Amino acid sequence: MGDRVLSEAAHNSGGGGTVEYIQHHLTNLCVGDCDPVTHQASGFWSLHLDTIFFGYLIAALIVFVGWRVGSSLNPDKPSGFQNFVEMILDFVSTQVKDTFPGHNPLIAPLALTIFLWVFLMNFMDLIPVDLLPMIASGLGIPYLKVVPTTDLNTTLAMSLTVFVLVVFYSIKVKGPVGYLKMFLFHPFGKFFVPVNIVMTTIEELAKPLSLALRLFGNLFAGELVFLLIALIGGTLTVGAAALFWFPLQVVLDLGWLIFHLLVITLQAFIFMVLTIVYLGMAHTEEH
Amino acid sequence: MNITATLIAQMIAFVLLIWFVNKVLWGPMSAMLAERQKRIADGLAAAEKGKHDLELAEKHAKEELQAAKAKAAEIMAQAEKRANAIVDEARVHARAEGDRQLAAAQAEIERETNRAKEQLRGQVASVAMAGAARILKREIDAKSHGEVLNDVIAQI
Repeated sequence: MGDRVLSEAAHNSGGGGTVEYIQHHLTNLCVGDCDPVTHQASGFWSLHLDTIFFGYLIAALIVFVGWRVGSSLNPDKPSGFQNFVEMILDFVSTQVKDTFPGHNPLIAPLALTIFLWVFLMNFMDLIPVDLLPMIASGLGIPYLKVVPTTDLNTTLAMSLTVFVLVVFYSIKVKGPVGYLKMFLFHPFGKFFVPVNIVMTTIEELAKPLSLALRLFGNLFAGELVFLLIALIGGTLTVGAAALFWFPLQVVLDLGWLIFHLLVITLQAFIFMVLTIVYLGMAHTEEH
Repeated sequence: MNITATLIAQMIAFVLLIWFVNKVLWGPMSAMLAERQKRIADGLAAAEKGKHDLELAEKHAKEELQAAKAKAAEIMAQAEKRANAIVDEARVHARAEGDRQLAAAQAEIERETNRAKEQLRGQVASVAMAGAARILKREIDAKSHGEVLNDVIAQI
């Protein structure tokens, strides 16, 4: 990571270069309704092509590998990779069984999808921060944000889908009247109906928002720390000082990398488990 | 961070991905795992059954072996009895045969003795007649002295 930072920082020499470097890395490849100067989306009708590209690429990878594994299953002599996938599947299945009351065939595949997709999108964070943007700029693409989960659009897309499912199953299980009653009489009983409506609405809306913001926040912050570590060797290096700053950058980067490996797995796991829990709550009669 | 139409694109990706994962990975694999579980359960049940069958067969074989042993012992005893009977019978038979042969031999001896006696008697009569003729210096008419002669023969 370090050597790539050097050339990048040399390009943007000076104090302004640092800010520019970080801003450049936090800007999506925007098409459509975008600000021509800052390259930030200025309206709803614009697309972050990099987020969409990597999100779909990873989704396609999951489907392809899943299809390869799923079409050559051997129940008697599982190959190495089949064992690995079975292990993940078993892990997710155990989580669903432990957390989810009742039976719904959608929950387990949903949980598996969330875990795999979120984990792999998070994993993009472990690729050296400058590698892919450098290659992209070589190909004439000015901006590239490689981690789809550092884009709020991705995390919100998933949490809103989960929210739709939660509302759908709440109404399906409790019935429209039961769902309405939940807003009216929960949590303080029938004498505080207005308060109850506000409280329950906030509670329900907090579910998808907290899901989306937690994942986005963790990954955005992680990406930012990678950028800051990358700057150590870049902007501060003048001549012989590189002998000190460069090893420091390598050590810090490795440390954060190892720690972040834990964070990305944990965030994928949390997103999955909370989805199961929210959907489980939607499936219980008594709230 | 701006919310853009990217949100919609990612939602579509998410929904499609759920569908695909369920279709190509979760469905086949959980079916396979369930089948494997069933096969393991079946295998264990079959093993249990086999063990039970083996126990039964062992018990059965033991019983059979015991029966066979008893039967063999019985047959041996019978054979021994039969052998004894045969030996006894042979002995009795041999003794009877011996007795019979002995009796036959004795009868033969008796017969031979009698014949020799008759022969001797005849010869003695002629010898006596020849002796008497020589003593009397004349012929003895066998016919006229027949009565005397027979008397002499009878006395011998």
